[in-house]
Amino acid sequence: MNKPLRRIAVFCGLLVLALMIRDNWLQYVKADALRTDTLNRRVAIERYSHPRGDIIVDGNPITGSVESKSGDFRYKRTYKNGPMWAPVTGFSSQAFDATQLEKIDDGILTGNDDRLFFRNTLDMLTGKPQQGGNVVTTLNAAAQKAAYDGLRAQGGKGAAVALDPATGKILALASYPSYDPSSFSGNTNDDAAAWKKLLKANNPADPTLNRALRETYPPGSTFKVVTAAAALENGKYTSADQKTDSPLPWVMTGTQTELKNEGNIPCKNATMRVALQFSCNTVFGKIGADLGNDKMLAEAKKFGFDEQQFVPVRSNASVFSDDMNPSQTALSSIGQFNTAATPLQMAMVASAVANDGKLMKPYMVDELQSPNLADSVEKTEPEEMSRPLSAANAQILQSMMETVVKDGTGKNAQIPGVTVGGKTGTAQHGVANSANPYAWFVSYAKLPDGSSPVAVAVVVEDENANRDDISGGGLAAPIAKNVMKAVIDSRK
Amino acid sequence: MSSPTNSPTQHTSTIGAIGAPSRRNTELALLVFAVVIPVFAYANVGLAINDQVPAGLLSYGLGLGLLAGVAHLGVRKFAPYADPLLLPLATLLNGLGLVCIWRLDQSKLLQSLPNFAPAAPRQLLYTALGIAMFVVVLIFLKDHRVLQRYTYISMFGALVLLILPLIPGLGANIYGAKIWINVPGLGSLQPGEFAKIVLAVFFAGYLMVKRDALALASRRFMGIYLPRGRDLGPIVVVWAISILILVFETDLGTSLLFFGMFVIMLYVATERTSWIVFGLLMSAAGAVGVASFEPHIQSRVQAWLNPLNEFKLSQAGVKDGVLHSEQLQQALWAFGSGGTLGTGWGQGHSDLIKFAANSDFILATFGEELGLAGLMAILLIYGLIVERGVRTALAARDPFGKLLAVGLSGAFALQVFVVAGGVMGLIPLTGMTMPFMAYGGSSVLANWALIGILIRISDTARRPAPAPAANPDAEMTQVVRPS
Repeated sequence: MNKPLRRIAVFCGLLVLALMIRDNWLQYVKADALRTDTLNRRVAIERYSHPRGDIIVDGNPITGSVESKSGDFRYKRTYKNGPMWAPVTGFSSQAFDATQLEKIDDGILTGNDDRLFFRNTLDMLTGKPQQGGNVVTTLNAAAQKAAYDGLRAQGGKGAAVALDPATGKILALASYPSYDPSSFSGNTNDDAAAWKKLLKANNPADPTLNRALRETYPPGSTFKVVTAAAALENGKYTSADQKTDSPLPWVMTGTQTELKNEGNIPCKNATMRVALQFSCNTVFGKIGADLGNDKMLAEAKKFGFDEQQFVPVRSNASVFSDDMNPSQTALSSIGQFNTAATPLQMAMVASAVANDGKLMKPYMVDELQSPNLADSVEKTEPEEMSRPLSAANAQILQSMMETVVKDGTGKNAQIPGVTVGGKTGTAQHGVANSANPYAWFVSYAKLPDGSSPVAVAVVVEDENANRDDISGGGLAAPIAKNVMKAVIDSRK
Repeated sequence: MSSPTNSPTQHTSTIGAIGAPSRRNTELALLVFAVVIPVFAYANVGLAINDQVPAGLLSYGLGLGLLAGVAHLGVRKFAPYADPLLLPLATLLNGLGLVCIWRLDQSKLLQSLPNFAPAAPRQLLYTALGIAMFVVVLIFLKDHRVLQRYTYISMFGALVLLILPLIPGLGANIYGAKIWINVPGLGSLQPGEFAKIVLAVFFAGYLMVKRDALALASRRFMGIYLPRGRDLGPIVVVWAISILILVFETDLGTSLLFFGMFVIMLYVATERTSWIVFGLLMSAAGAVGVASFEPHIQSRVQAWLNPLNEFKLSQAGVKDGVLHSEQLQQALWAFGSGGTLGTGWGQGHSDLIKFAANSDFILATFGEELGLAGLMAILLIYGLIVERGVRTALAARDPFGKLLAVGLSGAFALQVFVVAGGVMGLIPLTGMTMPFMAYGGSSVLANWALIGILIRISDTARRPAPAPAANPDAEMTQVVRPS
């Protein structure tokens, strides 16, 4: 019987060998794939096993971490003044993943980023728990507060963006209505309920929408700044005070339709300064139609239209169409028809004008820091994005925008001792323009030393307000003014 | 210690064992390791989870040491020539299993589940009972050949044990497999674990008698010996019973284990390869046949082929009449997350497996926390136990002992393969448990009894033969020994 016994011994050995081979397959060959599988809960457990790094504004964290009482996720995210900062931070939730900065810089915040590898190894050797790094933003707390409080006081949906024209730093990025990302950062039923309440299906106001970056509105008259820039850049008119060739009434090229102005305003052959001051649709509509789709499109693109921006959070692309006939181009040139812009886009327009024609790439992450030591892992340097205007033309446009605030529709944005240039906008929308218009205001402030510390764009859509009350100057300009003032005051 | 001369048995062959050292001291030294390693593991778990050495460390160490000592003294007294490896290896696995069960008791996730009760104290009790069982086997089973007398009683006993889970009111359906019975006051029992041993006794006794008929009466066809039609009777009966187990208890593992054990023993008894061929064909036909109409088996196969999909269905709470379980995918993640060296005791998350994390799936915790390295060592220990068992069969001098030893070792090997292979996704999952490590009284008791029987057989096999009877020719023959 011994021969078959020896064979059985070999057979049993093969069984064990098969198990060992399978084990090697699982724990060596497939180990990484299994370990990092996103459905593998260990990935999330590890992620929440230590406090997350912070997002920092003006040297103070606007986020925090707290040890949660239940479940296997140890730390959960907290936010200071969550609704105000939500458009900047996004959210990081144990149950619902993360968005925006929390998502983009997740590697730094959790400490898992490859660039922290050396540090993590060091921590592992010294037995210290892993820590997350910090994300230092360019934002200005006072400006953000002014923007958010202004929008909240207004009560309607809206957004505001403030930029530092010289660098492209985002100083304020507010959206209203907003949400508190702390309310669903955990993994409990309460978190799920809070999250469900915020979903668009259950909440028509869509509070989680970041209107400053992700919503495009018809820019209305504020787009006339772009049209004026196109006129100057293409040499159609060379000065603010040159009479334009602007008949009144003006029938749009190729149609039987008259382009109307709002009210009885002096637009016939008006200079661009006067036309901007009174917001003449006829003057800028004709400029657009005369220049044509291609030239208008080229200028709009230089300002950043038709392109997503990554600040590093993605913004939606603003729209200026490329296949329009002259009358459509005319409408587009006064910010109607297909033209649509994010608040960020219009702030970029104002900032390019204020920065003597140089458009800086907008950004909101100044620096990524490693844990504790606050070593810089990555620092963002200001970067020129394009030159939509020559310096001379930019100064001409500045003087026109300053007239708007001094004598025109933007008087509400005046700040004593500071030169403010701006443009109002009241954009119609809805079928046959039936819905409430959007009130826009874009502006910049210039200090006596000639430097321009801030450019702002504010948009307010108010379902409750009287239609007549909605005008950029009335609703949006005071918010823009407070934001600019906050930035100027914080620089003193 | 009994001296070689009071051997109660007569030996007729093999003189290789004459003068063989008893190796009891080797066993003792190995046992020290088998106790110390789990004690260190226990301390390690406590330090990892609570940052302190567990309060019960001393009593645990003493308890395990005491049990191992009792087992060792039992072997020293009643089976002095037994294989020195079997006891330490089983003790080590049992001790590590205890540590792992205690470690899973500390899991907050498992504690939050309904019906949670600390399993480690009960497993310690089962271990004590298991060791007691082991010693009882050594005391009362003076010679394994006694078992031969109970061949047909064993058959009857095994059938009763196998049918028990099907009796209404007694059987319990746990996660689809009906291999449990509820005994009031004792909890649930897995009679299949005991049936394994009883069946081995029956097969050994039966085949010892019938082996000549089964081996010799055959025709040669295409290079293999075909048995006569009427000699196919026994294998067909065992096959049919296995199929019935598969159909009525819906447990592939138990069915495969019994049929596989029979085929192995049949092959060893007859030395005819044709039985292996028949066995493989029949088990394949049986498995495919039953799987074609039994939804529980089908779902097990589906879960094996696509564990991730099962996980998603389970997460989504899909109710389509089939039980969807996330366990296998969770186990695979546990293995993968352990990697080469593992997370270390107490630092893994194998508790995500939830149900049966400390029984059927206990290997996943070892895989995650001890890594590839640790799990390979554990598989090797199982391999060693099996090979020591087969070695015992080789050394045994009587056919019954050979058959019984190889039957028990083969069943043990098949069980390890079926369970570990199932948990690692090599083969479809079945409802059996890792011998010695998994939580469960039946398993611990039955496997200690199994080791007891193997130790008894190996003691008989390695015991020095009595001095040869005086040979009438002795004076005429000169034995020249080179010195």
